[in-house]
Amino acid sequence: MKLIDVQKILRAEVLCGGEYLTRDVEVACGADLMSDVLAFTKEKALLLTGLTNIQVIRTAEMSDLVGIVFVRGKRPGPEVLQLAAAKGIPLLLSDYPMYESCGILYRVGLKGCSEKVTACEV
Amino acid sequence: MITLEMQLDGASFETAGEASSRVKKVLQQIGVPGDVTRRVAIAAYEAEMNVIIHARRGIMTALIYPDRTELTVADEGPGIADISLAMQEGYSTAPDSVREMGFGAGMGLPNMARCSDEFDIETVIGEGTKIRMTIYHEKRP
Repeated sequence: MKLIDVQKILRAEVLCGGEYLTRDVEVACGADLMSDVLAFTKEKALLLTGLTNIQVIRTAEMSDLVGIVFVRGKRPGPEVLQLAAAKGIPLLLSDYPMYESCGILYRVGLKGCSEKVTACEV
Repeated sequence: MITLEMQLDGASFETAGEASSRVKKVLQQIGVPGDVTRRVAIAAYEAEMNVIIHARRGIMTALIYPDRTELTVADEGPGIADISLAMQEGYSTAPDSVREMGFGAGMGLPNMARCSDEFDIETVIGEGTKIRMTIYHEKRP
């Protein structure tokens, strides 16, 4: 699956990094706990989160995340967008809440970080 | 060898992560494998956040050799009363304000140890904590 597929499926607005939407997404995780993201995600993982502070971007940077989806219409501030743009981290904004966002992506084959990566088709 | 030394200021959440970002950038520039760079960055960032959350100030030093990176993060802070307890996943003394930012879940020290090939803590109550981590640049099997 590619980020652009995620964007379409979650009817998401692209906040920044539109040029990176052809990136592959291999796995995903939904978390508001950045410590868990740092501890348990894999490379090329997509993060879905309800947190919008600058540490979310730093966490994505350190963990080599492929992108971030802010759920339930939570819009981050300009300093967050600025850092994400500088670090080449695409940001999406979906109105779906966390549970539904994760469920929708899981249903179309995007696996979690604890599972073996398998090819998924949209 | 490349030496990086960076000042860390307690409670400066806006700039937290800049030191680790610098280390990561240098490792990328010299061609260290991506998964190794990722482990160094995560270990450094967890240590940096610990200083921002718990200490008054600290210094992060990264010594980057051809075969390994040695990270030292030394702070002036409260110290750790019980290291074995602090190494347990889920144990934390961080305040609620930090938890609301997505940290302080008691994963920091165990995660640093997991990312490192060698890991060592020295701490003195009321004075501070020094964490030393070595990560070899060879990929893990």
